[in-house]
Amino acid sequence: MDRNAKLEILADAAKYDASCASSGAKSTRKDSRLGSTEGMGICHSYTPDGRCVSLLKILLTNYCIYDCQYCVNRVTSDTPRARFTPQEVVQLTLDFYRRNYIEGLFLSSGIIVNSDYTMEQLIHVARTLREEHGFGGYIHLKTIPAAADELIEEAGLWADRLSVNIELPTESDLKKLAPEKKKPTITGAMSHIRQRRDEIQSDRKAGFKAPRFAPAGQSTQMIVGATDTPDAGILRTASELYGDHRLRRVYYSAFSPIPHADARLPGLAPPLMREHRLYQADWLMRFYGFNVDEIVDDAQPDLSLEHDPKMAWALRHREFFPVDLNTAPREAILRVPGIGTRNVTRILKMRRWKRIRIEDLKKLRVVMKKTSPFVLADGHNPGLKDLERLDLGRKVQTKHRQLTLFDAAGSALTGEV
Amino acid sequence: MITRSAKFFEEWRAIARELLQSGIRPDDIRWHDRWQKTNTLLFADEESDDLPTREQIAKPFTVSPKFLLLAKKVAAHRDPQRWELLYRVLWRMTHGERHLLDVSSDDDVLSLTKMDAAVRREAHKTKAFVRFRSVQRDGEEYFVAWHRPDHYVLRLTAPFFSRRFPEMRWTILTPYESATWDPTAKELQYGDGVPASEAPSPDELEDLWKTYYGAIFNPARIKLKAMRAEMPMKHWPTLPETKIIPDLLADAPRRVQTMISQTEGFAMSATNFLPETKTLETLAHAAASCEGCDLYKEATQTVFGQGPASARVMMVGECPGDQEDLQGEPFVGPAGQLLNDVLQTVGIDRDLVYITNTVKHFKWEPRGRRRLHKKPGAREIAACKPWLEAEIDVVKPDVVMCLGATAAQAIIGRDFRITRQRGEFVETDWSPLTIATYHPSALLRAPDPDARANMQSAFEADLQKVADKLNGHEAA
Ligand code: SF4
Repeated sequence: MDRNAKLEILADAAKYDASCASSGAKSTRKDSRLGSTEGMGICHSYTPDGRCVSLLKILLTNYCIYDCQYCVNRVTSDTPRARFTPQEVVQLTLDFYRRNYIEGLFLSSGIIVNSDYTMEQLIHVARTLREEHGFGGYIHLKTIPAAADELIEEAGLWADRLSVNIELPTESDLKKLAPEKKKPTITGAMSHIRQRRDEIQSDRKAGFKAPRFAPAGQSTQMIVGATDTPDAGILRTASELYGDHRLRRVYYSAFSPIPHADARLPGLAPPLMREHRLYQADWLMRFYGFNVDEIVDDAQPDLSLEHDPKMAWALRHREFFPVDLNTAPREAILRVPGIGTRNVTRILKMRRWKRIRIEDLKKLRVVMKKTSPFVLADGHNPGLKDLERLDLGRKVQTKHRQLTLFDAAGSALTGEV
Repeated sequence: MITRSAKFFEEWRAIARELLQSGIRPDDIRWHDRWQKTNTLLFADEESDDLPTREQIAKPFTVSPKFLLLAKKVAAHRDPQRWELLYRVLWRMTHGERHLLDVSSDDDVLSLTKMDAAVRREAHKTKAFVRFRSVQRDGEEYFVAWHRPDHYVLRLTAPFFSRRFPEMRWTILTPYESATWDPTAKELQYGDGVPASEAPSPDELEDLWKTYYGAIFNPARIKLKAMRAEMPMKHWPTLPETKIIPDLLADAPRRVQTMISQTEGFAMSATNFLPETKTLETLAHAAASCEGCDLYKEATQTVFGQGPASARVMMVGECPGDQEDLQGEPFVGPAGQLLNDVLQTVGIDRDLVYITNTVKHFKWEPRGRRRLHKKPGAREIAACKPWLEAEIDVVKPDVVMCLGATAAQAIIGRDFRITRQRGEFVETDWSPLTIATYHPSALLRAPDPDARANMQSAFEADLQKVADKLNGHEAA
């Protein structure tokens, strides 16, 4: 099989992985002869599905001895198979990189022979790129479930980012659809990576010359909508992962119909809107000081599809509003619907020199329809009288259809609300 | 009114410093942008060096590094008004509004912010969308790109490329300027702009890149608007992959349709044949016409499990053999005979046992006139599993015993190794007491009498453990 045919199969097999970004490595490796990681997060192209192409995202092979039901590469699927040699992946990465098509490599693989053997192959690719070719571009390796600790440690030396895919939000989802993957094995690998990163950080602080270890941290991916686990379950797992293992990113991937799917899977994809809302909720947890129980609870385990999660919170907590933009602390302004982190910073800076007026908000391009019922500022604010209205929820709804598809595309990068 | 002209940030900065020190008010200067060719001739005559004598600013002034950074970006904007705007903001900042930049809603600041954003975006897109093509010149490999940014961002971005591709000889051509990197001298050089006709021709990697682009796209989620917002059409001519977008779109419905039809194809499994109400009788009856995988085609009949619904032990083998296939009953051949003997030895009543196979049809290939048994594949095991699950559901055995590796891997897990984990009770989804042992036919195939004796005693010991559990004793 020629390079072109293999690439077609092995890129196709990787397209279901949501992690695409190449961000997080703060500096380029020393002595790089080709490539850098300073222009982090450059998307070199966009596909008609609205997603960005930043890395050569491929599988080393899509043969697999595992049988995870949501996965097109599982052993029981009839999908066409191919296998790259490590050398071929190295060459392809270099060729694409030199032409400025990509930021680097995202390499994953089906499991062949056993976990350790497969992991060694991935490491081989990364090591060759770094050592033989002085490659300083981005490398993201997906760790293979149940691979030995020493291998994960070596992978971290060559890779900028490691990811361990949690795949499904709960233990029982895993049991149902990926019987061979065990949550303790998955989270065990995550905590191992975290420990190693911590060790190296403290060595550095103590003045030792410690090696680089996955400087861009670790991430994971969760498939959404393959089981009926509600958003609460998904976000709790995410919040646990951010807390316990200090993950940099959790990617949510709306389950998409895959060829050769198993009968136990839903035939239709869940609305992409749900994926978008999850990214927004995730964003609130990481940058807006919300904790998971404020966003979802057992009474309302799913995120609202009509309102973004910050707006939904505001509608349930009218007592918190209006927030006075001229006196309120940062944390409070962050909770105002329609005002994003960047505008919060601007407002705080401005008010050292002048009083904030309603007109200022308009100039900062705040969506007044969403914001005005919740804020106090100088000048005329007709929206304020609506704060107690029962039908406020309907009033602040943005015209949906147009926005949603557009928003959902960018939301993996920014779920900013 | 005095006139000044600038092309690059550094020029503007030097002029602005001089003007400011001479106390020239923003309203008294006319700025020209030297990128705009039409104006060049006009103002060459007009430009006057003599500054009107005014009161000089006594004290030296400083501006924040933040402003300089911002101004450097804004200077690359193509709006000819930018020099004037920059000078006005500089004036205001040095005349009582030191914190002007913090006032984001000020009109001048808003304009600066907007220009800054546009330039930054354009610089970012340049880093992203420059596409080098490999060209041979005097036996050496060069990389050349032609790119058309909307703003004058080449000088903002060229240093980035020199850090990224330090050992490559490369040139980036734009309509207004070009930049070349010499990897030996480690130097950037700027030259004239060139029209699109000077762009190098495609190299052979582009087809590979298009293949990648086509494969990584998921036809089930089309969002053209999002794509166009991030990848403006004006860049499409220099992005090889955009040539195949119409084809990709045209083909997307078909690809999705195939994905869906394949889904149904494999959705075929025993699940499609399960009866409404599940008893051993209805299950056996339904399984007789199962076509969940291809094995039914070559086999004589379905061999379903046998035993009472009240059985306390379920024994699971691999798949029926030649004789089982002909008789339609599990474990009736030599292996079944051996199993019966051992059950008797350890004192397990046949009535306490439900016996079945992981896969319910005989899999074989012809060898001369004989039908040679073949191991069922993962696909068949998965397709047939619903029958096994249903049997366990009805019988609810206290102990599940796997006979051989196939059953053990299907029930305990893929990592199961019979040599290591034989004879241990483990908890599975199927039963808290799950145990695996040899398949009796492995004993029959043992290479020599010694090996057979060893396996036989291990096999008996494992069944003894099951017997002890049933009698309520723990194994010794
Ligand atoms: S082997 Fe199992 S799934 Fe395949 S046809 Fe026979 S009973 Fe059905």
